[in-house]
Amino acid sequence: MTQININGRTREVDADPATPLLYVLRNDLELNGAKFGCGLGQCGACTVLVDGEAVFSCLLPLAALDGRAVTTVEGLGTPEEPGPLQRAFVEEQAAQCGYCIAGMIMRAQALLARTRTFSEQDLREHMQPNLCRCGTHMRILRAVRRAAAAMRAAEAVPLRKEAAR
Amino acid sequence: MSKPDLAVSDNSRRNRGADRKPGRWAWRGLAALVAIAVVAGAAFAAIAWRPELAPVVTPARAAFAPQDIETGAALAAIGNCDVCHTVPGGKFYAGGRALPTPFGTIYATNITPDPATGIGRWSEEAFRRALRSGVARDGHHLYPVFPYDHFIDVNDGDSHALYAFLMTRTPVEQSALPNDLPFPFNWRPVLALWKALYLHHGGFKTEAAQSADWNRGGYLVEGLAHCGACHTPRNAQGAERRDRKFAGGSSEGWDAPALNQTSPAPVPWTREQLFAYLRRGVDDVHGAPAGPMAPVVHNLARVPDADVRAIATYVASIADAPSPAAAANAPTRPAAPTTVTSTTELSGAAAIFAGACGGCHSGLPGASAVDIARSTAINAPDPRNAIRVVLDGITPPPGERGPLMPPFAGAFTDQQIADVLSYARARAGRHPAWNDLGSQVKAIRQGQSKT
Amino acid sequence: MTTLAPSRRQVVAGGGALIVSISLGATRALAQGPQAAPPTPPLPGSLKGAPMLDSWIRIDADGAVTVFTGKAELGQGIKTALLQVASEELGVAMPRIKLVTADTATTPDEGYTSGSQSMPNSATAIRNAAAQVREILLARAAERLSVNVERLKIRDGIMIADDGSSVGFGELVGNEVLHVAAQPTSRFKEPSTYTVVGKPIARVDIPAKVTGGVAYVHDLRLPGMVHARVVRPPSYGARLAEVDPGSVETMPGVLKVVRDGSFLAVIAGREYQAVQAMWALAQTARWIDAKQELPDQAAIYDYLKKLPSRDTTILDRGMIASSSSVHSATYHRPYQMHGAIGPACAVALYADDSLTVWSHGQGMFPLRRALAELVGLPPDKVRCIHMEGSGCYGHNGADDAGGDAALLARALPGRPVRVQWMREQEHTLEPYGPAMTTGVTAALDRGGNIISWQYDVWSNTHSTRPGPAGSLLAGLAVASPFPAPPPAVIPQPEGGGDRNAIPIYAIPNAQVVHHFIPDMPLRVSAMRALGAYMNVFSIESFMDELAKAAGVDPVEYRLNHLDDARARAVVRMAAEKFDWRARSASPRGRGRGFAFARYKNFAALCAAAVEVEVEHETGAVRLVRAVAAVDSGQAVNPDGIKNQIEGGVIQAASWTLFEQVTFDRRQITSRDWSLYPILRFQAVPERVEVHVIDRPGQPFLGTGEAAAGPTAAAIANAVADATGARIRELPLTRQRVKAAIGV
Repeated sequence: MTQININGRTREVDADPATPLLYVLRNDLELNGAKFGCGLGQCGACTVLVDGEAVFSCLLPLAALDGRAVTTVEGLGTPEEPGPLQRAFVEEQAAQCGYCIAGMIMRAQALLARTRTFSEQDLREHMQPNLCRCGTHMRILRAVRRAAAAMRAAEAVPLRKEAAR
Repeated sequence: MSKPDLAVSDNSRRNRGADRKPGRWAWRGLAALVAIAVVAGAAFAAIAWRPELAPVVTPARAAFAPQDIETGAALAAIGNCDVCHTVPGGKFYAGGRALPTPFGTIYATNITPDPATGIGRWSEEAFRRALRSGVARDGHHLYPVFPYDHFIDVNDGDSHALYAFLMTRTPVEQSALPNDLPFPFNWRPVLALWKALYLHHGGFKTEAAQSADWNRGGYLVEGLAHCGACHTPRNAQGAERRDRKFAGGSSEGWDAPALNQTSPAPVPWTREQLFAYLRRGVDDVHGAPAGPMAPVVHNLARVPDADVRAIATYVASIADAPSPAAAANAPTRPAAPTTVTSTTELSGAAAIFAGACGGCHSGLPGASAVDIARSTAINAPDPRNAIRVVLDGITPPPGERGPLMPPFAGAFTDQQIADVLSYARARAGRHPAWNDLGSQVKAIRQGQSKT
Repeated sequence: MTTLAPSRRQVVAGGGALIVSISLGATRALAQGPQAAPPTPPLPGSLKGAPMLDSWIRIDADGAVTVFTGKAELGQGIKTALLQVASEELGVAMPRIKLVTADTATTPDEGYTSGSQSMPNSATAIRNAAAQVREILLARAAERLSVNVERLKIRDGIMIADDGSSVGFGELVGNEVLHVAAQPTSRFKEPSTYTVVGKPIARVDIPAKVTGGVAYVHDLRLPGMVHARVVRPPSYGARLAEVDPGSVETMPGVLKVVRDGSFLAVIAGREYQAVQAMWALAQTARWIDAKQELPDQAAIYDYLKKLPSRDTTILDRGMIASSSSVHSATYHRPYQMHGAIGPACAVALYADDSLTVWSHGQGMFPLRRALAELVGLPPDKVRCIHMEGSGCYGHNGADDAGGDAALLARALPGRPVRVQWMREQEHTLEPYGPAMTTGVTAALDRGGNIISWQYDVWSNTHSTRPGPAGSLLAGLAVASPFPAPPPAVIPQPEGGGDRNAIPIYAIPNAQVVHHFIPDMPLRVSAMRALGAYMNVFSIESFMDELAKAAGVDPVEYRLNHLDDARARAVVRMAAEKFDWRARSASPRGRGRGFAFARYKNFAALCAAAVEVEVEHETGAVRLVRAVAAVDSGQAVNPDGIKNQIEGGVIQAASWTLFEQVTFDRRQITSRDWSLYPILRFQAVPERVEVHVIDRPGQPFLGTGEAAAGPTAAAIANAVADATGARIRELPLTRQRVKAAIGV
């Protein structure tokens, strides 16, 4: 029995410690966001956050997760109350088949957690590990920029209030 | 133009300005010292001074035979010129790349034919002199990070071809950044002493008894390809140790494994394996190039098969590589029991290895990457290559076919990486455990985050 | 019958619905056509195959509206577009309409979701059905409320008379009033009054996709479900000589090793257990390669052209020989793969002598026929339900995975079996887009205009879709293998290898020959745009070569040979938005290219203008920006069209710059993304613009495949503009461009 922290909750998982997190998420915890794409760390469809870093969950065994915090796309929000990135992806209609999108969002989340200000080149380099086959790249990039702008604006509001005082 | 080379450094000028007026009692001693200094200086100047060579008008493309430009392109690829003389993502051959050395940081120069900031006004003679003896057209000494200690034996024809190639590149106006070196290393004439000690002909001598292939390979490996620059250890003066040729060195924080009999590769390299590795960027038995070796192999893709084969032939001979037949018959160590077919659950590092590494590095037929038991990095005396590959992965150039290993920096803690590497080394079963692996992982990771 | 697979009766019985008519038998009869007396003139779109209105639209007594389509959501946004069309003509808000997509038990048989035909076929059917349903309901409401139809308005499923009285749709649908045959013509809403169609409505499927909802067949989790993996042969047609299942059967969680001839698989309780068991099982398997080795990749085009071919002259407008200006060129396209990000997956349940399969294949009805044959059940005992998958871009491993799941479910009755392919299985076993060669010769008059045109295209088939059981990998592998069906030509005007082989330009003398090559050294089938990708690449590259020979601007040159007003409008729009005329001296290494095509010569029109930068030292091509103009007829969802064209441009850029399947004499060597690289973010252009020309009231044309060919040719033309080197072999890799431009 392994204890892992998923989206802020401690969950007990009874699986072979060698089992990659991806299978645990999808089958044991019934979280659909992370997808099997290659099992080789080449495509990023399975990307989740572990301690804030974007990682390939297809190559991250349960044995390595003790005491570490995992965040999946389900942890960012719901259809009713989407997180900033999820909202931005909907607003930009940044999906075609959508199979890669949860991984894209999680990779972008790692960037936005670090900084809200980045160059276009930084963004593209950051997203490089994740593949999209439908060609939705332009919209994905727009959505990440939109989310960053929204987050910056949200953070600027209290500052402006302060300045007004 | 020779004067600036002999001018004293900024530091010494400042020191002199700070001197108080000497007292009368000191005059005689000082005069004697000056006399000695003048004589010594004159003698040193005679050694260190190099004339400026006359500038020329940049030759037009038509001045060169197309075949020479073509040959020069392949030679430049063998010489790996673009790697140092190009900022990643920047204009080709325009210089500017920082080259860290134990003595300070040197910035690569612009070798495009731009007249003002590049080598556009260099005659072929000036180019040849720079290539073989590390002296710029204006006579100043160049640092041996430019491996003229290897290029010294480049023949006239190849020098001409390289000149033809470089003079027909797109000129880029981009001044070289000033080097970041402390005194005395920022005083270029000191390089004359270095050259007197370490710059010699004869790194390679043709051997009639050997095949043409071997001789061609030797000429390239010891010369333009400057393999020893990384794969031979260096002394305190930064020169390659001739007594330990190809015994393994380092480059950009990576180990450059020994190419001689002390190679840590568990399976000796054959000529054919070296050829596959250098030609296609992967050998099924030994794996794929990583770190600073990756661009070397990438460049070799532009080199004719024959030259790559020649290089493989010569490098194989350095370690006295087995013939293909002998290699095939050599008893190979049975692969360690594989974890992926285990019928029992694993724990700790073994489980991490099975879930993260085993899919590719299992050593089973059809596995997509090198058997971990045969990995040179896992069997090397120094763990840093293994650590770096696990942290950074291996990424082929964008859009290109090539080995791809994901980075695990975010996936695992320092201790987990240390544990899984220890496990892999133990699994290979050839060498005792590395010491203090956890802190080495930590140090390398922190070093990375700084840059 | 099982609880997991709702039966026909349950579905039909649900909630006092109207649709008593589409019993399986009836649907099949309708689908197959001949028994249902076709009214004349022909019914529009897919109504031809399923003419009853309630095959398409069902209204429950409580007013709930359900729309049925035989098409499937492939990520192209078809659900949203169909809902828009239904909502508009019915007068019911989109959120109140439920859409049921391809399911052999409930929806009309619309064959495959392919060829950009969902809008022309399914949306057209739904639009007509919705309009006719609305008219029927209006008439009934008028009767019920005792008012003239003219005095009725529709507001979200409610008929309201000008006197304030009202009646809901649900109250009007008794007595099977919608169980009537469709009429050939409908009274449509006036396009200028549209409130839903033509609007960039947000896609209905995206919220679940960005929040981890159940969105794909991969996410389907049925009670008691188990996991399977298949061990595939190392090369095409290799036979399984021996295997030792014993050591694998004792592995943790393994429920069963299944072997049937050369079909080898393992079923386990947990997914990773199945993966581990598959690896272990593979180690014990010994295969014997088929006698036939693969051709030499380096000489593949010569090899293909030397194979026997069946030649058809698909255009013969006469030829004239005499001209002082004759130009020729030959073009090549390698095998390229669909490369779905998610490997194929299917879930199957075999119980009570019936089979239910959830699949992301493109055709549930054709798949049902193949699976019925494979497992030996009558088709009415097999139900195929579409669930979304990773984008497919044509015929990939999806149907094969359905076959795998069916065999495995039969081996473990009563348990739902989920099977997913591994990455290397999808990469090496999916049917690729075929390698092709084209040759073209044209003669110009003194003014530089084209006076004659001879075009030849050599290609394998572009569809090996199921088909019988022998079109599935599992069907070929079992101990008593099913025969592989002979490869078929897709006839003009759609065409397969010859899709878009006929030039759209006004050329007085022209001949086009399709050389159909039946022998398939590599497994091939339909990939987005089929032959149109290569034919448009060839024709539009050559148009630039001719424009250069004629000394005419490439855009002008095309306009000089284009009569059709809509074609001219699309070309002009792309050129104008790109600012084609404002041609300043490009910086060194930069170039611009243009191309145009009308998909299949009767579907969407698309022009693309691109700018590229070529790095001289490496030959690397960077797509800097792309501007596309598209005319898809009446634009139902302009943002959906933009999304499809943007995606088409980027995907085609990836094919064109990077992609080719590699193989040695024994096997496919493009085993994963490292060995079949595709475009990643750093190669994405700075800008992609799509301009939609809306044609209200015009037929829907379908958009998904329109951008592929024009993008490829525009890039090649831009590379030629940047470097002076014309490259006629795809892809335009760094090495190939470098070789062409020299040192």
